[in-house]
Amino acid sequence: MAKPILTIKNLTKKYGENVIFHDISLTVNEGDTIVIIGPSGTGKSTLLRCINLLTCADDGQIWLDDLEITAKGCDDDRVRQHIGMVFQNFLLFNHLNALDNVMLGLTKVKHMKPDEARVKALRELERVGLADRAEHYPGQLSGGQQQRVAIARALAMDPRIMLFDEPTSALDPELIGEVLEVMRKLALEGMTMLVVTHEMGFAREVADRIVFLEKGSIVEEGPPDELFYRPKHDRTREFLWKITELYGKKDENK
Amino acid sequence: MADWLQLFQRYLPDFLKGAAVTIELTVVGLALGFVVGILLALARLYGPTWLKMLAIGYIELFRGTPLLVQLFLIYYGLPSLGVTLSQTISAYLALGLNSAAYQAEYFRGAIQSIGASQMTAGRAIGLSRWKTIWFIILPQALRLMIPAWSNEPISLLKTTAVVFLIAVQDLMAKAKRAATATYDPIGSYLAVAVVYLVMVIILNWGLKYLERKTTIPGFEMESKKA
Amino acid sequence: MDVAKFLQYIASGTAYTVGVTLIALPSGLILGTLLALLNVYSGKTSKALTNLYSTVMRGIPPIVLLFILYFIVSGSINLSPFLAGSISLGIVSSAYQMEIVRGAILSVSGGQMMAARAVGMSKRQAIRNVILPQTLRLAIPPWSNEAAIVIKDSSLVYALGVPEILRRAQLISASTQQPFLAYAAAAVIYFILVFITSRLLDGLEKQLRIPANP
Repeated sequence: MAKPILTIKNLTKKYGENVIFHDISLTVNEGDTIVIIGPSGTGKSTLLRCINLLTCADDGQIWLDDLEITAKGCDDDRVRQHIGMVFQNFLLFNHLNALDNVMLGLTKVKHMKPDEARVKALRELERVGLADRAEHYPGQLSGGQQQRVAIARALAMDPRIMLFDEPTSALDPELIGEVLEVMRKLALEGMTMLVVTHEMGFAREVADRIVFLEKGSIVEEGPPDELFYRPKHDRTREFLWKITELYGKKDENK
Repeated sequence: MADWLQLFQRYLPDFLKGAAVTIELTVVGLALGFVVGILLALARLYGPTWLKMLAIGYIELFRGTPLLVQLFLIYYGLPSLGVTLSQTISAYLALGLNSAAYQAEYFRGAIQSIGASQMTAGRAIGLSRWKTIWFIILPQALRLMIPAWSNEPISLLKTTAVVFLIAVQDLMAKAKRAATATYDPIGSYLAVAVVYLVMVIILNWGLKYLERKTTIPGFEMESKKA
Repeated sequence: MDVAKFLQYIASGTAYTVGVTLIALPSGLILGTLLALLNVYSGKTSKALTNLYSTVMRGIPPIVLLFILYFIVSGSINLSPFLAGSISLGIVSSAYQMEIVRGAILSVSGGQMMAARAVGMSKRQAIRNVILPQTLRLAIPPWSNEAAIVIKDSSLVYALGVPEILRRAQLISASTQQPFLAYAAAAVIYFILVFITSRLLDGLEKQLRIPANP
């Protein structure tokens, strides 16, 4: 029996009257790659931010391993060290070069010695294929490279789980591949990942399970083959049809 | 606190007289600065090279030195060159010439944001260079300048507070008198600080109103900071 | 008055002016930065209070504030007019510097804070390691303007009897009967100080500029 790393129970988030998502329960086991799909504005990003405690949920609980991170008195900063987060718009620290971006968390949060941190940071940059760009500042890197540095920055903290919030949505089409390739490699290495994306090819190929989220609740979840070829719900079918149609057209235009 | 209110009350008539002088100084300085400022901006943008250099020199010098020094140069220094001016005239002149350097830069920013195309358009219908500037460029520039320029009246009002150092009887001079008479400098200067603050706040409201009234949608300076 | 004495007078006056500026400007920066951080990252109350501070301090002429602060400072601690005046001038400048730093903080995107928190940094660490290094770089050009203003405003401590350039010029003008030359010399020195400062800060800005920042 696989060991659950992230357990979410009955999680609810509202902004005032507006319910963002409602009663979400989800378990991510060690080594799993879970892909969350669904129309825009259904609370996927907010869900990831709740898991990372960047916003707090209104109701429900989240466990990281055996620790309830939604409990009162839980140290947010400690929790975030163990959860890697990759944002849609990269959010590299603008004033630091790639190496320093990866090193900052190691020296300031993990209090590693600068020499050790440098070695580790370089190794992480190598892992995403950017060791030769260590001295480059964010403004000197392409979007795809920036996102790979952001992944390295998160990996460097040796997180229990990595969260990806539409990591390729802000990229030009020709740059998406290199980021997905890094993510694919990570999944193969056994990293536990929770990914929000519209990249259906990636989802089908890499995901252990796909979760379809719509209007703030989970409509359906299951292995890719099941969800793609034998969806139980019409809404899932409709969404998948729409999105393949959309992406199919894009491909024709290329 | 009660003492302070008493002081405030007792000297209020005196303060108001001083405030009237402060307002006069601001208005005259602003007007003089406006006229000289336009001339400087035009000289800097459209004049022959020697005039350009002269305008730039003027602007840099007046912006690069304290008003107080300019004031002393005019009031104490000019007599040794044979020009003797009264305290009030010296203050008007110093404030106006100083403000001109700042206002010139607001004009320049506005004129530059209108760009060369309006000049071309004016010349194309047969207007002379200076007529184009007068009838086409300036009317637009004045309108565009308002948001940035509206800092100047407030800034100038605050700047006037140094002229008591050549014994002009402005609000600050009245405060000094009250301070000497009451042996309460902190209370006296606090009292005029309140009067200055009220004047600045009212002026600020007035300028915001003017700004709203004169805005033409879609016709704005590219960068409001210019 | 001979030339050597004249020059010596001017030089020591310049030293006072530079001294006043070197105390006022950094103390204004420290105070202003703290106020800006309170304004942006603290609760509603501190936002309201710092806004009030800014409005009031910037709504009163610097010389009036200088007098008030000078009498308060020199009344509560025994300081020379030079120190009391410099500190007071720093407090006057703090409200303007607060606005400069606040503007710069707000122009660093909110995402930077989120990214820093996501790596596990505390708010304080994020401000120190991510927000402030970017903010202070952005603040250099407007800050250079404020530096020029403080140099010029340092002439106000003349009224407190501090023997800075303007006071020296006044003494020279009395003893030489050459007021125009004396004040013109003071003007030239102020001009040079302002000029050098703005050049130095321009250079600093270029030096610290982040390569190809988006």
